[in-house]
Amino acid sequence: MTLELQKPRPIWQIMFSTHHTDVGLLYLITSLAFMFMGGALALLLRVELFSPGVQLIADSMTYNRIFTVHGTTLIFLFILPSASAFGNYLVPIMVRYKDMAYPKLNAVAFWMIPPAGALIWLGFADFTWYAYPTYSVISAPGPAADMWIFGLKILGVSSILGSINFVVTIMKCKHPDLPLSKMPLLAWAYLTSSLITLVAVPTFAAALLMLLTDRLGASGFFNPAMGGDPIAYQHLFWFTFHPEVYILVIPAIGFMYEIFPRFSRKPIFSHSSGVAAFTLLTIVGFASWAHHMYATGMSFTEKTVFMVGTLAAVPASAMHTFNFLATMWGGRIKFATPIMWAVGGIALFFSAGAGGVVNSAMPLDFITHDSYWVVGHFHLFVMGTILFGTVGFVYYFFPYVTGRMYSEVLGKVHFILSFVGTVLVFFTQHILGLFGMPRRIYDYPAIPEWVQMNIIISIGAFIIGIGMAIFLVNLIWSSAKGKPADMDDPFGLGGKYYFPYQAKNPSH
Amino acid sequence: MSGHSTWPEWVYVGVVVALLCYVGAEAWNIERIVEHVPEDAEIIKVVGQQWIWTFEHEDGTKEIGELHVEKGKAYKFEITSKDVIHSFNIHDYVVLLDAVPGRVNTVWFSPTDVGEFDIQCREYCGLIHYNMRGTLIVEDKGA
Repeated sequence: MTLELQKPRPIWQIMFSTHHTDVGLLYLITSLAFMFMGGALALLLRVELFSPGVQLIADSMTYNRIFTVHGTTLIFLFILPSASAFGNYLVPIMVRYKDMAYPKLNAVAFWMIPPAGALIWLGFADFTWYAYPTYSVISAPGPAADMWIFGLKILGVSSILGSINFVVTIMKCKHPDLPLSKMPLLAWAYLTSSLITLVAVPTFAAALLMLLTDRLGASGFFNPAMGGDPIAYQHLFWFTFHPEVYILVIPAIGFMYEIFPRFSRKPIFSHSSGVAAFTLLTIVGFASWAHHMYATGMSFTEKTVFMVGTLAAVPASAMHTFNFLATMWGGRIKFATPIMWAVGGIALFFSAGAGGVVNSAMPLDFITHDSYWVVGHFHLFVMGTILFGTVGFVYYFFPYVTGRMYSEVLGKVHFILSFVGTVLVFFTQHILGLFGMPRRIYDYPAIPEWVQMNIIISIGAFIIGIGMAIFLVNLIWSSAKGKPADMDDPFGLGGKYYFPYQAKNPSH
Repeated sequence: MSGHSTWPEWVYVGVVVALLCYVGAEAWNIERIVEHVPEDAEIIKVVGQQWIWTFEHEDGTKEIGELHVEKGKAYKFEITSKDVIHSFNIHDYVVLLDAVPGRVNTVWFSPTDVGEFDIQCREYCGLIHYNMRGTLIVEDKGA
């Protein structure tokens, strides 16, 4: 029954279903659609930045709107829903329950995403994905800005509802024979990332309301002209969005915890170290938010506290990396597409983490802050780690959803192009940042180093773009015409899988 | 889980923690030194607004988009903004601090080389953010 696409059903049957695999499929298709849309915007930006002067985009306002929607789309409409997609498929199976705890709430949480996406895309706001006041209060043009605020508000509620569902499913509906300590690490990933969501996201929800009333002139929380303080918004924002980094990255690490042991044909090196690292990240993730704000004029003491809080998160991430490598060590590894993505993901995760240590060290942050270094740094996380983990898992999951195999050759070509492209784009951006190029600029002076590096970055971006086009072809063609998969062991690995079709209560 | 030894992981985590302690201590120490403003630093008031920088020297001289300073002297910038948040940046001298409306942030520097250096805005501030640039001109009065 998993095989939603193998046994065709009328689309409305999937759309109005509350079954967890159907909701998971809706999440998956939506998030991948937004991934391609957001990625296409990135290509427009790279065409414009290929060299100084106007290339493609006629004015800076359009450029500003494009990078805002690019960021918002990929974070909120691709990464979050894609994590929910696999969570919906797998969490009930992993805790041996018939469905999510609240199936209707689950469908509601999904159906809040399309209207929110429509608000964001129809509005096309320009104030960057973090909408700092006072620009967002006194200067950003409406109604785009207001539509963005409402869109994000809806997405915030959606992710809170989704998280409640995951936490209750795991804590209350888990089979009594399965102790929490033996639960698969991917389920642990959903438990911890959902708990972070529940603590972190309400803060931003409050900040959004304050931003909206400020824009309407009814209040002045963030407007110094009315006695407010714009830095207060940054604290509220980053209190949500630094932990959000962990909300995004923890499921991707969970995917890797499924992929590595499976394709290494060896158990995870240390289940308990994985659990410990997830738990540690959940806690210390809340101790570092203001490291995004060193340059706002913070005192030496504040900066020191948040530097220590930031560095404290590194050992937990390092434990995951160790666990992955130790799992592969001595295993009979089958280098199919999913594990290639996961291995690439760890390499880039490590690079991103090393760059993060540089950012968190106070004196160095003043070199890198708001430059292209930062753009390269967080893209190594969101693309290099999270997208790589997620895409690897999409390949891993493909036979279970469609009943067919994807094209292994195209999958590997996609990986190689994406890996080469990612290194070209985001490593170069680090160096470009050291040469002082600020982020979020529509045009730049013809400084020779800047021009050369921008050309390299744009070429890398087109390489990624070609890879993604191949991915799209592979997904569509293989789901219709791919060769039927051996559903007991699609990758020929032997051993025990979590089959989505083991889901109980297939139709209700 | 599988009965293997766990000491490699402990050693690895220990090494990582030691490295981080070193980075943290060194960063703390350097930041402490660079934040210490010399007593004789001249004050320059910097105001950011969409989309220009204006400067006011201690003697009352005002400049727009250009800032003239002398080699070897210490200067303390008092940075604020008239409208939205900007970020005052002279990349070659690692001067970077946000210009926040309603607040005055301070940072100091001492130019060591004669010549022209770019001043730019590093915080998104709207339409012409990309071109909110200025020039720092370092002169050698003694020569």
